[in-house]
Amino acid sequence: MSLTGPLLLATFLFCVGVYGVIARRNAVLVLMSIELMLISVNINLVAFQNLLFPTEVAVSGHLFALFIVGVAAAEAGVGLAIIFNMFRNRASVNVDDVDLMRW
Amino acid sequence: MTGHDAVFLLVALFTGGAALLTVTSKNLFHAALFLAATLAGIAGVFLVLRADFLALVQLVVYVGAVAVLFLFGLMVTRAPIGREALDGQNRGLALAVSGTLFVVLSGLIIQSFGGVRAAEVTGPGIREIGIAIFAHWVLPFELLSMLLLAALIGAILLARRESGESGEESVERRIDFGDEPSTEAGAQALPAADTAGELPAGEPVAGGER
Repeated sequence: MSLTGPLLLATFLFCVGVYGVIARRNAVLVLMSIELMLISVNINLVAFQNLLFPTEVAVSGHLFALFIVGVAAAEAGVGLAIIFNMFRNRASVNVDDVDLMRW
Repeated sequence: MTGHDAVFLLVALFTGGAALLTVTSKNLFHAALFLAATLAGIAGVFLVLRADFLALVQLVVYVGAVAVLFLFGLMVTRAPIGREALDGQNRGLALAVSGTLFVVLSGLIIQSFGGVRAAEVTGPGIREIGIAIFAHWVLPFELLSMLLLAALIGAILLARRESGESGEESVERRIDFGDEPSTEAGAQALPAADTAGELPAGEPVAGGER
């Protein structure tokens, strides 16, 4: 199996995530795009592990992917809590409205 | 092209299409459902790559938990629907940045790994992963558990109401810096109108002079 396929898919998903982060205004959708970017990296890690180093003892690629899944879940929870707070205070989840700390 | 490659291509097309629909969909709920489809497709990619355990983790954590969390998030924050309300003015900028990034990265990938092929796809089984966690990665594993605990407590602290309040939120403490929330347009203008009506007339809104 060719290595470029998974790598290109991961690149595509990452760039779609970048597009979503820049283009979307709804904070929940921005968070969803960030999630997409995080998860696309996992494809890279797994592809490198299973196609290039399948017999490595410390299964680094898979373990890094697992850690990323855990961190991304924590990030989604805290991010949604922040968005709820924002919605309660501003009655809006539009990222353009949250410019208090804008320079 | 082997059969493996063909199956991967199918799954990749599904995943990429669902991801594109996630960021272009006009309906918030459709976007969340397409995100769930994308995550399920990535689990399929893991299966094709022979990473069975990761595929299961992906299904349980992402499709099961994170997607439902996002659906809850969308329901609690009643946001307007429609592309103009969901997308900003910088769609062209976003397209330029992500397109350039994609072209550069895929060029680099094809240049570096263009000819690399694995004769067969094999991966570590669950047994090897378990041994690796508790032989090589114990400290990161425990740190991750601490991180999850901290995130749990932090999310509860951030999301719950102030102590002593239940139900009604106090109008006095709602901060109204800056402009009117511009997403709440048209029929969705009720919350903003409520806030404006409850403020004492003639009193300048804090930060309004900006």
